Amino acid sequence: MKNLYQNLFEKVYKIRKIETKISNKYKEQEMRCPVHLSIGQEAVAAGVCQSLKKNDKVLSTHRSHAHYIAKGGNLKSMIAELYGKETGCAKGLGGSMHLQDKKAGVVAAVPIVGSTIPIGVGVAMKSISQVKRKKFITVIFFGEGATEEGVFHESVNFAAVNNIPVLFVCENNFFSVYTPLKDRQHNKRNIINMIKSNGVSAFSGDGNDVLKVYNLAKKCIEFIRKHNKPVFLEFKTYRWLEHCGPNWDDDLGYRKKGELDKWIKNCPLKKIEKKLSKKEIFKIKSKIDNEIIESFNFAKNSNFPKKSILKKFN
Amino acid sequence: MRNLKYFQAIKEAQEQLLQNDKNVIIMGLGVNDPKGIFGTTKNLHKKFGNKRVLETPTSENAVTGVAIGAATQGLKPILIHQRVEFSLLSIEQIINQAAKWNFMSAGEFNVPLVIRLIIGKGWGQGPQHSQSLEVLFSHIPGLKVVVPSNAYDAKGLLVSSVKDSGPVIFFEHRWLHNIDGIVPKKLYSIKIGKAKILQKGKDITIVSFSEALIQVLRLKKILKKSGISAEIIDLRSLRPLDKNCILKSVKKTKKLLVVDNSWKSYGVSAEIVALVAENLGTLKEKPIRIGIKEVPIPSSSALAKECYLNSEIILREILKLTKKKIIDKVKAKYLKQLSLKETDVPYKDFQGPF
Repeated sequence: MKNLYQNLFEKVYKIRKIETKISNKYKEQEMRCPVHLSIGQEAVAAGVCQSLKKNDKVLSTHRSHAHYIAKGGNLKSMIAELYGKETGCAKGLGGSMHLQDKKAGVVAAVPIVGSTIPIGVGVAMKSISQVKRKKFITVIFFGEGATEEGVFHESVNFAAVNNIPVLFVCENNFFSVYTPLKDRQHNKRNIINMIKSNGVSAFSGDGNDVLKVYNLAKKCIEFIRKHNKPVFLEFKTYRWLEHCGPNWDDDLGYRKKGELDKWIKNCPLKKIEKKLSKKEIFKIKSKIDNEIIESFNFAKNSNFPKKSILKKFN
Repeated sequence: MRNLKYFQAIKEAQEQLLQNDKNVIIMGLGVNDPKGIFGTTKNLHKKFGNKRVLETPTSENAVTGVAIGAATQGLKPILIHQRVEFSLLSIEQIINQAAKWNFMSAGEFNVPLVIRLIIGKGWGQGPQHSQSLEVLFSHIPGLKVVVPSNAYDAKGLLVSSVKDSGPVIFFEHRWLHNIDGIVPKKLYSIKIGKAKILQKGKDITIVSFSEALIQVLRLKKILKKSGISAEIIDLRSLRPLDKNCILKSVKKTKKLLVVDNSWKSYGVSAEIVALVAENLGTLKEKPIRIGIKEVPIPSSSALAKECYLNSEIILREILKLTKKKIIDKVKAKYLKQLSLKETDVPYKDFQGPF
């Protein structure tokens, strides 16, 4: 049986490798949809999802690949969706920003900032409704930009008032597209205190250390399972590539010089890699690499959807 | 058979749905308050508990999202806003999310959500409490929109809306709430997307819906006594629209009057006239559509009456199209009745406010 370090490494590596592959292959112009890659931010998805069960649910954002993969979403269907194929997880109707895998508990991803937050709370409501009590917890991933939306605060309040078993996970990567925090939030603003004043427990952690993410998330998830109450987590992390697309964009100058390098040195993958032997690493890498090659082959060889599918929704 | 008022019919439908299906829940600001959304949810929480009849924070946007999320997991929420205008705070959730989830999940998720929106009118409600915004929703693929005009349809359409894979926007006009009608006790549904011919006729087709239709129906006697044979269609659903029913009727009468519940521009009446123009070509007379004045509705009753439709205006247009005249005796008897021009109160003894 795999131990914890192996599991965490596998998740982080898998996300990194797939995103890198997408980045490399994007220029072939066959993935004809926007892609928001998670390179640099893998540890949050991996660390949180490690403590989730299959019937627990996650919801995500425009930057959804990491969460989908970490929760165990089908890789072939994901890549096929990016290629707009009928074998895609949304049969080519959704694209990269609408990944979903019902079996794996990936409910949905949407690109409208903050929009899945109340929906996630509603999904979680099912778990405590009087109907067929099938207990599960729901994790809602979003960026720090979403905490500037009114609907976020409405949702936290609703979850608090109604004791909804939901984990809010904020990935703070400091930028909403190119706009830095200082232009969006007052420097005295403290998100943890804001959340706590709603009567909800809130913690902040290092989002580039998957082990730390795991430990913090695990405690919170156990608490939620036991007490049916919401918890909020903020993880600080950093996006390496451009907001949308396959390229580096540090030349645009919207980030401070040297900031990106500092975060690259603080690489989530390298950190967890140190905990494993070369043999272990090699074994996991070979397995994942193969899986990824197969997924791209599957996607490329699949058919485009037939136009008759549109009739179903007319 | 027994009579129920429109609001009672809605309450009965909800009560029976809550009773029959454990997945049905009701949510909204005021659902558990002493007045219970104009009586439509009054005391339901006492019978079904405040988890199934759920009072909510003043957070229309989030609450709509919550209802959508719950619906994707198999619950069947009925979400209520006391005025249509409050739902505008949640328009992102309705248009981007509720209307799209079935599509973007390639059919994996349904959103069996019903949103009850109440339209106001009269008694000085002014620019933000009197809008009839059904076209905003009718424009969107993925939404269904129903606009029942009477108690029987209100119950039947609410039942089918809740049973539908959804989402359905259910428009009820505040002025309809106190109108009686025969309503069977049993739980019955009315198919969404089916119009109803309320009166057969051969001289003219009059298409209307919701409260505007009531103003048309007030003219039934005058028309009959004046020898005008009008076919009156109640749309009942705006999306899907019962195109066949409209086309079949206009093909026969060759004359069309559309009485809109709202502004004409880009509205329901525009859609229907376009439908007829595209499919039937030239009629005996150019079609006419009427609606409320193209301004926000003012509060003062002196100004508001200049903006709302009334039965007299409708009658004028019918006469134009049919080229007929009202017999003087009939005119004297009916036209002087206040109700034909009333736009401020829904019934004679009403003392306000809503």
